[in-house]
Amino acid sequence: MSTIGKIARRTFLVGAVAIAGGAAFGTYAYRRPYPNPLKGDALTPYVLIDTNGVTIIAPRAEMGQGIHTTLAALVAEELDVAWEDITVLHGPAAKAYYNASLLEEMVPFKPTDDSWLANTARAATEIPGKFLGIQATGGSTSIPDGYEKMRAAGATARAALIAAAARRSGQPESALKTDAGAVVLPDGTRLAYTDLAADSASAPLPDTPPLKPQSGWKLLGTSLPRVDMVAKSTGTAAYTADIRLPGMVFATLRANPHRGAPITRFDATAARAVPGVKDVLETPYGLAVIATNTWAAFQGAGALDIDWAPASYTPDTAAMEAELAAAFTEGAQDSRRRNDGDVEATLAQGTTLEAEYNVPHLAHMTMEPLTAAAWLQDGKLQIWAGNQSPGLAVAAGAQITGLPADQIEVHTLVMGGGFGRRGEMDFIKPAIALAQAMPGTPVLLTWTREEDTAHDMYRPAAMARIRARLDGQKIAAFDIGVAAPSVSAGAFGRADIPVFGPDPTLVQGLAETPYTAPAFRITAYRAPTNVPVGFWRSVGASQNGFFLDSAMDELAHLAGADPLAFRLAHLDHAPSRAVVEAVGEASGWGSTAPGRAKGIAFCYSFGVPVAEVIEVADTPDGIRLTGAWIAADPGIALDPSIIEAQLSGAMIYGLSAAITGKITFADGAAEQNSFPDADPLRMPQCPPVTVRILQSGGPIRGIGEPGLPPAAPALANAIFALTGTRHRRLPLNEAVTFA
Amino acid sequence: MPVTLTVNGTPQTLDLPADIPLLWALRDGLNLTGTKFGCGIAACGACTVHLDGVAVRSCQTALGDAEGASITTIEGLGTPQSLHAIQSAWIEHQVAQCGYCQSGQIMQAASLLAETPDPTDADIDDAMQGNLCRCGTYPRIRAAIHTAAAKLKGA
Repeated sequence: MSTIGKIARRTFLVGAVAIAGGAAFGTYAYRRPYPNPLKGDALTPYVLIDTNGVTIIAPRAEMGQGIHTTLAALVAEELDVAWEDITVLHGPAAKAYYNASLLEEMVPFKPTDDSWLANTARAATEIPGKFLGIQATGGSTSIPDGYEKMRAAGATARAALIAAAARRSGQPESALKTDAGAVVLPDGTRLAYTDLAADSASAPLPDTPPLKPQSGWKLLGTSLPRVDMVAKSTGTAAYTADIRLPGMVFATLRANPHRGAPITRFDATAARAVPGVKDVLETPYGLAVIATNTWAAFQGAGALDIDWAPASYTPDTAAMEAELAAAFTEGAQDSRRRNDGDVEATLAQGTTLEAEYNVPHLAHMTMEPLTAAAWLQDGKLQIWAGNQSPGLAVAAGAQITGLPADQIEVHTLVMGGGFGRRGEMDFIKPAIALAQAMPGTPVLLTWTREEDTAHDMYRPAAMARIRARLDGQKIAAFDIGVAAPSVSAGAFGRADIPVFGPDPTLVQGLAETPYTAPAFRITAYRAPTNVPVGFWRSVGASQNGFFLDSAMDELAHLAGADPLAFRLAHLDHAPSRAVVEAVGEASGWGSTAPGRAKGIAFCYSFGVPVAEVIEVADTPDGIRLTGAWIAADPGIALDPSIIEAQLSGAMIYGLSAAITGKITFADGAAEQNSFPDADPLRMPQCPPVTVRILQSGGPIRGIGEPGLPPAAPALANAIFALTGTRHRRLPLNEAVTFA
Repeated sequence: MPVTLTVNGTPQTLDLPADIPLLWALRDGLNLTGTKFGCGIAACGACTVHLDGVAVRSCQTALGDAEGASITTIEGLGTPQSLHAIQSAWIEHQVAQCGYCQSGQIMQAASLLAETPDPTDADIDDAMQGNLCRCGTYPRIRAAIHTAAAKLKGA
């Protein structure tokens, strides 16, 4: 047993284990803990043991990525408890559950940079992350953030249980073992954790609990049955819309499709006449229809006669694209994160490639339309919402109702998809406003699919201008400029979190590329924001992966080189080389059946190198995707089945965007309103997918997003290999017929 | 006029308008929330239930048209304590991610297997193309349907 600190059992564990990160600054305030949000016999904010069993708090939002399973496994591994014996809860909104890794992506160092300076800067981001108490799920950060602290929570709780067993049995702690939820005495007697829990309350807790070596893991590294799988296979998982409360009313919202503009006039007479409609309320967020069931609310909303004020921004897609093209100026320069060698001098000798690429706005289109419930009762506000930022929901509740934060409770339910959309508060605020308008009555607010699509916080349209010069089969100079509205300014601005300086998301998946060239310049330009833009799965890497690896493919062909070999020739970073080689091997790169062709793409984002190969076939009905292969290295693979699902799912989400995904605007309003307007990939279009997971043993990384960026370029590169036509604009179905 | 129908084997009388979609009658009328709302225009399949044994989109089926019919929802197919073979196969293959579309996927797959006990990949693609999954669980759905077919044949 290591140093035992006299830390009371309800104090905050993470402050103790995060000292390494904060040591460079070592401020008392940083180490001062947030209170344990769990009441009763909670050993740490993450473990609750009582006579009913062991409950693990997994304080990150479950939106399909399997995070509750892996976070619980980290605790269970160290706690030594049987997988089938645990209960997993999301837990309350609390500053104790801050995400230290979220801001790491903002550090201006390549993730491949392991220098002291880079690591110190990364560690420093834990401090604002903690001070802000940001309990957020996003940026593929839950695992890097939870890898140490969830295991430490399990180990600490185990130590307390051993101490309690020692006191009860009179045996020294060193003679005690643990196994499957019990402390085992030397004579084989088992003392169940559930019986020891009350005694362990007064046990001193270790400052730095020893963690098992990886070689001793029983749960981690294996494919566990997901904790949510039975419920999600039987219709019994409770999503927000499934909440039923006494006297609950059902509502929907209609907001101005000209984003942010007001309503100039409305007539609710016809809406009020719809059977089941109880009321029509004007809120700062739009007109709400309150009814006895959701269908009546939808019918009422459709019957509203509304005059919308016009949009105050550039109203159509062509003009927005012109703004992107006009943003490539010194005055609009946001960052120059890379400037190796003399790009201008090398390119002055002549360019081999000059190309422009464009991608459109994209909606998230989660399967579950935006939904939130709220209930203001006896001076307390309860909020139910599948959401990625419960702390922001508390703040929204406090702002709207004037209640103190400790009178606001947020229930974070499982989400029918998030992809970044449910970190926004725009779907929660109207529910709170309705609860405020109807004290004592719980309100469930469901957006229609059409309202959801037309009022998204979109992945912004973006543009790249790329110039390069080849010297034989190597790149002599690479000059990449990208322009887009700032997602960080938009999303953090809406959350009242001040952000300064360049927006790292503009160059995400690009600035950190391990591709090498003697002259290499990466410049970001900030284009004007018109419609709201926000975090969308893999954020800036979603477009930058397409820009960079399409250009790499163009250069490979211009060089007369094999596209896979060409990428390897520009990669020194060992884990990156390994995934490119692995995907080549898995896909049988180099041998393709007649009438078929393969394309490869590579992207390093969120600290994870990922390579993908897509195979396409020419058929009478159009181009068909016939195969897909993925190789990725998250450092350490905690749950191979979940990692495979995330990589495969992210690629498919990326393929949907590449093939059909777009939101265009006319007169300030989105022109797409539902699935058929930008139909996502369906089963007949989905190729068989093979995933290879590599483990370099490096820093552990999250896996929800990095599978996405290589999807679009791998497909576009495959189509080039098949047809000889290079596509520099997405979505591809504007130029290509797909079977 | 109240509408009478059978839901998961239980006779129900619902005092709701005849034009309300079956989806909302199930969800908001009977609190059977396993059936999901995704689009309201039969484009995503999240609301799939069985009407007299055949998969239908409950968002496009008026309650009045289900008068006297026998409806099966995901809750009626099987329960966590007593899983249907298709649900077991879904769990075996760890299909669900967000899970929101899976009630509809499973009900559609059940309808397919009732008609075509040993489906090919092409049969599966054809039957399942109306069911969207934004998490991209399609490869595991395909595998789970084959496993379920084998389970049902052996049963």
